[in-house]
Amino acid sequence: MDLAYTEKQIAFREEIRSWLADNVPAEPLASFDTEEGFRQHREWEAQLNVGRWGMVTWPEALGGRGCDLIEWLIFEEEYYKARAPLRVNQNGIFLLGPTLMEYGTEEQKARILPKMANGEEVWAQGWSEPNAGSDMAAIRSTARLEGDKYVINGQKTWSTRAVWADWCFGMFRTDPESERHRGLTFILVPLNSPGITVRPIPQLDGLPGFAEIFFDNVEVAVENRLGDEGAGWSVAMATAGFERGLMLRSPARFQETARRLVNLYTANRDSADSDPAIKDAVLRAYLDAESYCMTTYQTACRLNKGGKIGAESSTNKIFWSELDQAMHATAMSILGARAELLPHAPDAQGVGAWLDGWLFSQSGPIYAGTNEVQRNIIAERMLGMPR
Amino acid sequence: MDFTFTDDQLLFQDSVRDFLVNEVTPERIRQTWETDSGRDEGLWAQLAELGLTGMTVPEAHGGLGMSELDFVLLAQECGYVALPEPLVHTAMVAAPLLNDLGGELAAEWSPRIAAGEAKVVVGLQQNALVEDAHVADLLILQRGGDLIAATADQVSLRHNESVDPSRKLYAAEVTADTPVVASGSNAAAAIADSFNRGALGAAAQALGLAQRMVDLSVQYTSERHQFGKPIGSFQAVKHHMADVAVRLEYAKAPVHRAAYAQAHRQAVAAHAISHAKLVACEAANLAAKHSIQVHGAMGYTWEVDLHIFMKKAWALANTWGDAGFHKSRIAERIFAEGAALGADATFAA
Repeated sequence: MDLAYTEKQIAFREEIRSWLADNVPAEPLASFDTEEGFRQHREWEAQLNVGRWGMVTWPEALGGRGCDLIEWLIFEEEYYKARAPLRVNQNGIFLLGPTLMEYGTEEQKARILPKMANGEEVWAQGWSEPNAGSDMAAIRSTARLEGDKYVINGQKTWSTRAVWADWCFGMFRTDPESERHRGLTFILVPLNSPGITVRPIPQLDGLPGFAEIFFDNVEVAVENRLGDEGAGWSVAMATAGFERGLMLRSPARFQETARRLVNLYTANRDSADSDPAIKDAVLRAYLDAESYCMTTYQTACRLNKGGKIGAESSTNKIFWSELDQAMHATAMSILGARAELLPHAPDAQGVGAWLDGWLFSQSGPIYAGTNEVQRNIIAERMLGMPR
Repeated sequence: MDFTFTDDQLLFQDSVRDFLVNEVTPERIRQTWETDSGRDEGLWAQLAELGLTGMTVPEAHGGLGMSELDFVLLAQECGYVALPEPLVHTAMVAAPLLNDLGGELAAEWSPRIAAGEAKVVVGLQQNALVEDAHVADLLILQRGGDLIAATADQVSLRHNESVDPSRKLYAAEVTADTPVVASGSNAAAAIADSFNRGALGAAAQALGLAQRMVDLSVQYTSERHQFGKPIGSFQAVKHHMADVAVRLEYAKAPVHRAAYAQAHRQAVAAHAISHAKLVACEAANLAAKHSIQVHGAMGYTWEVDLHIFMKKAWALANTWGDAGFHKSRIAERIFAEGAALGADATFAA
């Protein structure tokens, strides 16, 4: 065990830190759930790509830096510390990208990855359907092979970023006789295809962060199938694995929130201490964020040495999502009567982004497999309890 | 950055686990409870033979010359079996304190610890009572700012029964003139280090205790049927155990990080150990709470083995610094002006 960063890791940290210092916009971008903000964030992705900082874990040949997981964690730490813009194309870069590298053909990789990397094509996800939420195998949207194209009918929902995205990826039932997780196929669909209707769904903050997508005889070239026909479930499981794993929920985000929470508390200590629970909650939040970081490093180091990710990784979603909620709840308590004010309200000075974070934190225990589903997975696959 | 244990460390953990699980069974612990001392000299001799009593004794004194980081995984295993013998105290507190004190005292006692011929215990002011004083050949006791060394015949002991029948606690009164072995800043540093190592040992044991309670509960709820099904198939039961698994999973790395900090004498060690003690004991307390619940009435009995582990977890939670002490220590650091916080400070020395 050696808990010091190597010289190479320190140099890497300095390199990204200095690039971010020179490039992160001085003024925060508009929310990427607005048309203007979406455009700004797309431009930021292009700027990241020019610096080769967009997809640091991708292989160098594909425009990445071939970073290992520790370098990835360092990148994220600096990224959040610099308050750089959120990643509008995260569905593409962190979910579909790695899946495409594993299951895609050379033609697909060459056609899709470069435009994903430079933000030219932003990706939405199309997993859930009105009757297939936690029970994803209940998918009913169909794709019928006709010659060299699929004809898609049905409906997807909760499709993150779909309002302004260029493509979506998802699972469709190609075998009408099939049930559950058999007979599903993973297909990439251009969102400008005739027959597609995107209906925005405003989220808690009033902005259309997700959407319903209706498919009415939408024709998609067969070259947009990822993996074999009928193999969609295993391809999707790989994607969901990435989603639940390290790539999207690196500890830096939560540590940065914890750091800001400590600062919020110390700056408002006189009023905050009137509720003795607040100090304890701040302290716990700080410790839990540190625990999450240490545990992630321990896992990353093990994986770097050839270890395999095990069932214990299913604990991760519950830990970070509950931590995120707890931190924002504590911040709201510290802010007191100002907590409810929107950041631009005239008398809201200094409330910062806590309210936005509080709203967003409500989604954590729900998306990417609800925490109830996660608890079942932990009990059954990690602890071996009976089904 | 390499936050992994070596293959040797992991192999050693495996072999010690095998030994302990086979030898230190709940039946044997219950038998030991019935003896006068509550201690098993035969077992101690076996532990010495495996080199475990001398893990942290320098090689020059017949030990293995290893560090807190080498021992921490073994301390987890001691917790897993709720080992009554003072092995964690010996390897984490007594032997390292003798290393700190050095001189004739260490030359006389360290080899005997390694050989399993003598037991040394440490009594610090912060823990009012001394663990295992009744079987100690030498007691190193804090008196004011000094450390004194008393042999067994120089103390009078008053037994205090613990909720955990395996824990033997004593008020120790020194009845003879005993030498001061450290004073002033030397003593202060040695006392602080000993206390931190004791807290680290408790944290590591708490991880093992929590794991054992989870294992017992999974086994019990898989076997116990109600409504025609194993009760472990009910989500309400599953989710109790999943909650424990989550807290336990995220308590491990802080304990290992703390052991590294202590072994490398990092400035952050005290803080890292407080973090470890808090989260590990919290995980063990949660394991106890949910384990007794899923055991139902059986969990409330003396007959079922759960209480062997549950009671040790309860005891360790408030010894070697209670939550208030450790939280205050962390608060002092993180709420200080200009405190180094955030991701790039997590692995600071």
